[in-house]
Amino acid sequence: MRISKRFWILGALSASVIALTGCNKKQAESQNEILIGEYGSLTGATATYGQSTHNGIAMAVEEINAAGGVLGRKIKVITEDDAGKPEEAQTVVTKLINKDRVSSILGEFASSNSLAAAPVCQQSHIPMVSHGSTNPKVTQVGDYIFRTCFIDPFQGQVMAKFAWNTLKVKRVAILRDIKSDYSMGLANFFKQGFESMGGQIIADESYGQGDKDFNAQLTSIQSKNPEAVFVPGYYTEVGLIARQARKLGIKGPLLGGDGWDSEKLCEIGGEALNGCFFSTHYSVDDTSSAIQNFVAAFKKRNNGSLPDAIAALGYDGAKVLVDAIRRAGSDNPDSIRIALTRTKDFPGVTGAITLNENRDAVKPAVVLEVKDGKYAYKETVTP
Amino acid sequence: MHAFLQQIINGISLGSIYALVALGYTMVYGVMRLINFAHGDVYMLGAFFGYYSSRVLHGKLQSSLIETILVMIVSMLGCALIGMLIERLAYRPVRKASRLTSLIIAIGLSLLIENLAQLIFGADPKFFPQLIPEKQIALGGLSLTNQQIIVVVVALLLMAGLNAFVFYTKSGKAMRAVSFNLDAAKLMGINTNAVISLTFALGSALAAAGGILVSMNLPGIDPLMGVMTGLKAFVAAVLGGIGNIFGAVLGGLILGLAETFVAGYGSSTYRDAIAFLILIAILLFKPEGLLGKGQVEKV
Repeated sequence: MRISKRFWILGALSASVIALTGCNKKQAESQNEILIGEYGSLTGATATYGQSTHNGIAMAVEEINAAGGVLGRKIKVITEDDAGKPEEAQTVVTKLINKDRVSSILGEFASSNSLAAAPVCQQSHIPMVSHGSTNPKVTQVGDYIFRTCFIDPFQGQVMAKFAWNTLKVKRVAILRDIKSDYSMGLANFFKQGFESMGGQIIADESYGQGDKDFNAQLTSIQSKNPEAVFVPGYYTEVGLIARQARKLGIKGPLLGGDGWDSEKLCEIGGEALNGCFFSTHYSVDDTSSAIQNFVAAFKKRNNGSLPDAIAALGYDGAKVLVDAIRRAGSDNPDSIRIALTRTKDFPGVTGAITLNENRDAVKPAVVLEVKDGKYAYKETVTP
Repeated sequence: MHAFLQQIINGISLGSIYALVALGYTMVYGVMRLINFAHGDVYMLGAFFGYYSSRVLHGKLQSSLIETILVMIVSMLGCALIGMLIERLAYRPVRKASRLTSLIIAIGLSLLIENLAQLIFGADPKFFPQLIPEKQIALGGLSLTNQQIIVVVVALLLMAGLNAFVFYTKSGKAMRAVSFNLDAAKLMGINTNAVISLTFALGSALAAAGGILVSMNLPGIDPLMGVMTGLKAFVAAVLGGIGNIFGAVLGGLILGLAETFVAGYGSSTYRDAIAFLILIAILLFKPEGLLGKGQVEKV
């Protein structure tokens, strides 16, 4: 008993010493550096999103700092892992704002996580820039929430048009992820778009993120004989769904959204994904010099691995935010917010970024085809 | 009709997965009256041991069957060892304390293993290699793979083997004695610590076998894969009558079929809700589970 009491006192003392010195150091640093908070799923079932994002953001910040920083100061990004869970996202963003006192926040990719953290940023009046959350509800949280990607009403429309015009299919089934705001929203917008063109949704089934067995839903879908299946989920489940669908004899292509965009997709899904299509934000095969320069620089930095769309979005999101800080002339959160609303024709890797009155970016989408573990460019759809 | 038969195959194949994991739950409960919540995580560790050992062994052996068996043995031994360690380090020190203490420890242990595994293996999902090449078995247009059959057959074999072990061997007899009354068993000269260790080792080895078989069938593995499967297997064990070996398999199959039919014919959104509703209903009318025996609380 005695030992443990002493131990506690010692522990408390050393903790307070560390906390005190930590504070002093931080104050000194924050005078020279502009602090930006980043939260993302560095671990968890959607880990490649967070890791890609982080690589993109880190590369953007390295470039900016190498060129002398912004406003004569260096940028420092403080990164927190939310493990892909909404409740964690809320916790780490609260920590970034209250403890680290960041000027602004970057993240998240998954809409459910952005939706959990956005109210915290809104209440604290800290601008948040999501680089990849496509669910419309995200920026509706308030006037401090921005995004540098397109939204799902557009993305759903893109795939609906692609299915109707390019693939010329008429009977499509939907298999959506009930636990994800992104998947639910995208499925609804696809359904709306496809039905308004005259197409038919013959089955609308669902699963939950983390499920591994989809045979029941797929058997039910197959019994209705669809020409294609729209699966607006995240890559882990999509890979397993593709395998099981092919096993059950579903022959038509699977279609999806930017949640598919991960190198892990084909590792899990394998050959089952051949001939499937998904919409995303850019294609590494695009021959424009902006994209090719980005791809080359990214490969050099990350041991030859190709940047997926999420990495490009992270890079763009960070660049847009820093550009706003430069135009604001200070790292005051309110000034950054006002500068962000005036973002116009920013030359991003994923297209020119202009934020509209809803604080959303209006950008084209590309459709990619999965071919033997690689993604081949199929077509670009402009809004 | 075709879809209906296919759903039955789907249900049995899903149910046998739950059954495999439920066997370990029920065994530990039968002997210790302890719900080992870390069991689902041992199942996950089994899959990961399999993943890493198959990467080491891959291509070094001529026969894929020998490779599979070796991978199984390595993973089962690894998990048996971990099961014994868990029992020795976490449960034995509190065996005399109230049951709530060990329950809380079980939950804490489960979280510890999950998070350690994320740290060590990385949290992103990994693709489990196809140890036995998958073959479609044509059955009048129905889809059935050799792996689905293997899972069902192994679940039944393990159930029979476990039953034979518990009822027809000396160690099994000791296990039953300990389960009946720990103190009395000790007075009869049974080494109760050894028996309990053995129970954990066996239960964990079963979980490892389950982890590998399931991962061959559904090849995405990640450190949190044991959470939901563990919970459902626990439900299956309770459904069938926890502590009863046949009950675990029966409960697993019922749960698998119920889930499949709810998702296939009802609404896939309510898949889990309705499956758990069935559990509640059965427990309301038969609290000891389908095959459990009513027990009079000893005073």
